Amino acid sequence: MIKPRTVALMILLPLATLYASLFIGRFAVHPGEVARILLGQFLPIPHDWPRSVETIVLQIRLPRAILAMFVGAGLAVSGAAYQGMFRNPLVSTDILGVTAASGFGAAVALLLSQNLIALQIIAFAFGLAGVGLTYLLARVYRSTPVLMLVLSGVVVAAFFSALLSGAKYVADPESKLPAITYWLLGSLNAASVTSLKMALPPIIAGSIGLLCMRWMINVLSMGDEEARALGVRTEWLKGGIIVCTTLITAAAVSVCGIVGWVGLVIPHVGRMLVGPDHRALLPASLSIGATYLLFIDYIARTASASEIPLGILTAMIGAPFFAMLLRKTRGSWE
Amino acid sequence: MSAPLIEVRGAAFSFGEHAVFGGVDLDVYSGEVLTILGPNGCGKSTLLRCIGGALALARGTVHLENVDLSTLDARARARKIALLFQDHSPSFPYPVLDVVSMGRTPYLSAFGAPSAQDIAIAEEALEQVGMSHLKKRPYTDLSGGERQLVLLARTLAQQPAVILLDEPTAHLDFKNQVRSLRQIGALAERGVTMIMTTHDPNQAFLFPGRAALMRPGGSLTVGPPPKVITDESLSAAYGIGVSVLSVGRPDSGGELKFCTPWYNWPHKN
Repeated sequence: MIKPRTVALMILLPLATLYASLFIGRFAVHPGEVARILLGQFLPIPHDWPRSVETIVLQIRLPRAILAMFVGAGLAVSGAAYQGMFRNPLVSTDILGVTAASGFGAAVALLLSQNLIALQIIAFAFGLAGVGLTYLLARVYRSTPVLMLVLSGVVVAAFFSALLSGAKYVADPESKLPAITYWLLGSLNAASVTSLKMALPPIIAGSIGLLCMRWMINVLSMGDEEARALGVRTEWLKGGIIVCTTLITAAAVSVCGIVGWVGLVIPHVGRMLVGPDHRALLPASLSIGATYLLFIDYIARTASASEIPLGILTAMIGAPFFAMLLRKTRGSWE
Repeated sequence: MSAPLIEVRGAAFSFGEHAVFGGVDLDVYSGEVLTILGPNGCGKSTLLRCIGGALALARGTVHLENVDLSTLDARARARKIALLFQDHSPSFPYPVLDVVSMGRTPYLSAFGAPSAQDIAIAEEALEQVGMSHLKKRPYTDLSGGERQLVLLARTLAQQPAVILLDEPTAHLDFKNQVRSLRQIGALAERGVTMIMTTHDPNQAFLFPGRAALMRPGGSLTVGPPPKVITDESLSAAYGIGVSVLSVGRPDSGGELKFCTPWYNWPHKN
């Protein structure tokens, strides 16, 4: 089984990174001051720090860091579950078209000049609808073979990408087009208590759902027919996994745009650390994904004078990292 | 004779328009190894999958211990019947013991995972096929023969009433064939009921039980192996000349029955 040291690391790492992201930034705050501000919310200690510092830490950095954690954790655990279900290490969370559909939904909301809340709701709804469409398309003879799911996902994603391009084409190039483009590049700067309230429930619910199914994902990864012979109701299980990952991914995309590569790369890192067993891999992916996105967002906030879009960083760091992993493992899944 | 453990009645199956077999009646008795042989494409693997519930019959019924299997859900069925597939494609490098533990899945709740007791059952199953020394190894690293035995252990961990083996020696070399067959024989001696398809008629002579010779369309001849497997029946079923021979074994002096095709190339006659 997994060493206690690894378990401790998996719990402490995201929390330490979370804490660090509260005092690191363009406006430096002393770590001790952050600790006192946090404690001051619960304990009667003298409030001897400037009001503006408290606002930065609690109103700006904390929601953003929490969102980064949950989005990173959610995307990573979804990717791990999908890679198990599709028995394929190249699968990511957007395989069934959720990202493309959510992106189009967000573009529509921006075209219609909706506010941020409406945008998030529309993007979330489109994401769910896109995956629903994929699932219906993949259904043959009362079952959904994995290959049909993948192919239907490609079709649906291509369709929504085309719609998205159409939306961009008709968008006002002075105001709407840049808004759509920036939104699609991904960012956490829309993080607020409101967006946390919207995004966290689906992400938490989906993650708990996936954690509950983690042994069954092991069995499912032996292939549909074998899993059925082992007593697994594969259609229900696959449906459950799809619902959970879609809730997570649609919620993530709807609040922070398209953040690629997390769902693809993090499960591989997890497998290197704790092995392929989904009982350990799913919790590990949560932890590593949370840490990774916090770290990425830290770079996004601080590396240049203006913020760097998340999608650019996750790909710029994720792709070479994945290349390194591939070379190291030579394509085996360990 | 006691009541059969499995009763197949009027079984028919077709892939779309293509009828694979029809009108199949078959009884399997507790404690026997029923070997189903027949030419490629006669439907023996399909019949096995229908009995195991992996495929649904177009017509007919399969009863196990007087329960109609089509009325059971996947979980209840998996507690009664275990299937060893011919074409297993490995996925992630799970440790051997985890793979065997998957046999406990029909006893778990939908969100459950194997308990310490389940793992103990899996260890025992692994012990029974003589693979305990490999329990921590990734099962993707094993040879084809070893992997087959690990998957056999997984079927044992299911603690089923009957184990269905689909061509358990396909793709194995001589030594690994014998190794697998020995394990199957050891299980047979302990009274495990098995139905096994094979492309090699010789294997039917090895086990305590009957042989079923299947012809395209599903007509079956079932009986003691020496009665079912004869020069005439095999020649007719496979459409080539076949002889059933008997030789003395050099080690024990016992008799070894086997059959061989005549290999008569046209130009050498």
